Amino acid sequence: MARSMQRAVPARASANPARRAARSQVSILLATRKGAWLFHGDPARRTWRVDGPHFHGHVVNHLMRDPRDGTTLLAAAKTGHLGPTIFRSTNRGRTWKEAARPPAFTKAPEGEGRAVDHTFWLAPGHASQPGVWFAGTSPQGLFRSEDAGVTWAPFSSINDDPQYRKWMGTVQDGTPDGPKLHSIIVDPRDPDHLYFAMSGGGVHESVDGGRTFAPLVNGLAVVEGFDVDEVTFHDPHCVRLCPSNPDRLYQQNHCGIYRLDRPSDTWVRIGTRMPKRVGDIGFPMVVHPRDADAAWVFPMDGTTVWPRTSPDGKPAVYATRNAGRTWQRLDSGMPREQAWWTVKRQAMAADAGEPVGLYFGTTSGELWASRDEGTRWTCIARHLPEIYAVEAAVFR
Amino acid sequence: MNVLIPGPLRPYTGRARVEASGATLADALADLDRQYPGIRFRMIDEQDRVRRHVRIFIRGDQVFDLRTPLAPDDEVIIVQALSGG
Repeated sequence: MARSMQRAVPARASANPARRAARSQVSILLATRKGAWLFHGDPARRTWRVDGPHFHGHVVNHLMRDPRDGTTLLAAAKTGHLGPTIFRSTNRGRTWKEAARPPAFTKAPEGEGRAVDHTFWLAPGHASQPGVWFAGTSPQGLFRSEDAGVTWAPFSSINDDPQYRKWMGTVQDGTPDGPKLHSIIVDPRDPDHLYFAMSGGGVHESVDGGRTFAPLVNGLAVVEGFDVDEVTFHDPHCVRLCPSNPDRLYQQNHCGIYRLDRPSDTWVRIGTRMPKRVGDIGFPMVVHPRDADAAWVFPMDGTTVWPRTSPDGKPAVYATRNAGRTWQRLDSGMPREQAWWTVKRQAMAADAGEPVGLYFGTTSGELWASRDEGTRWTCIARHLPEIYAVEAAVFR
Repeated sequence: MNVLIPGPLRPYTGRARVEASGATLADALADLDRQYPGIRFRMIDEQDRVRRHVRIFIRGDQVFDLRTPLAPDDEVIIVQALSGG
């Protein structure tokens, strides 16, 4: 693997906070099918120092930094043969310690209970609640930690609620490697306002700190032939809330790209403006840290048998700058043909720099970066295992 | 009693053979977890089921029931069934 593929350029001082954020040395947190890696950038985001593998051979579904202390890392891991767990680091990954009590469902009467196969999604809690984390699992479960990920407990009633269990469907209804609870979102204005999504099982909202949740699926399409009013048939792939306007959410769904502007409860399909030959099916959804009209997606081939590759073998990011009225193809630097990889739902992220840096990891183990909001792309690492998740973080 | 630990779990124990005590397999696994925190959940799920790909043998017999009684001189052999890529 190339440790550094571009020439480093000295950074200039800047009074612009966003520019300063970019110069605060972004690290890319990579979770893969065979371990985790950290790529530490120089202030200009031109060269990257690789640190890894961590947990070599483990399936790592998510690696996440705590934005509140700027240091703690949590990794959701399992191996193909052992049960799932969470690892924690308080020194940027130099050493790791296993959670004392990883996410696990409540013990049920014999033959009835579910077991966590893997933790899929990690989400830090509200800024006012240091130490609080949420986890989404496969099969679908929602868990919470109040001690920075050391111990975890089932959160809210949904895990064992008969209605929610029905909406979660069976393993047969879920994604190929297991149905997932993902996109756990905490409203930055209100720690009691929460969202999560299930693949399958729809998008859900709580306004009472998670005591109760209700579906939020109006306006979303389902696969032809299924009943749109049945929550279990809704398959959100990735939901993101805009930090600059927490009343706006974007969603990449099994059946298109959507936007929701609260207090409306009806999603609007904005993917219809995508080119017909590309379509609006995909997995990741990325929002701009400061501009709620800007978002990025990575379309894949969702036709016929769902090849889950780049459409026509020509990968591209698509961006909107006007909340989905129009889309622009961004593929400069990417292969022009015969590139049959794609990007999973957690494997694309933005940093907070000016201009925004974008990063995605491919199913073929390549890590790509753009320092200019997607205009030009560079492959900064290849020959990695299949990439499951990408996060951009600044350590303190 | 003597317990044989499979390779993937040796980061917990640091060696292949360890000692544990208990009147049942559940007790022995609890004792192992006291000595090596976290090891039990990697083998046994929250519904007390032996995880897929984990196999436990006592006196040469494969067991799935954690209530299986143990004698002090029994040997517990835990193995990992490898599959996949």
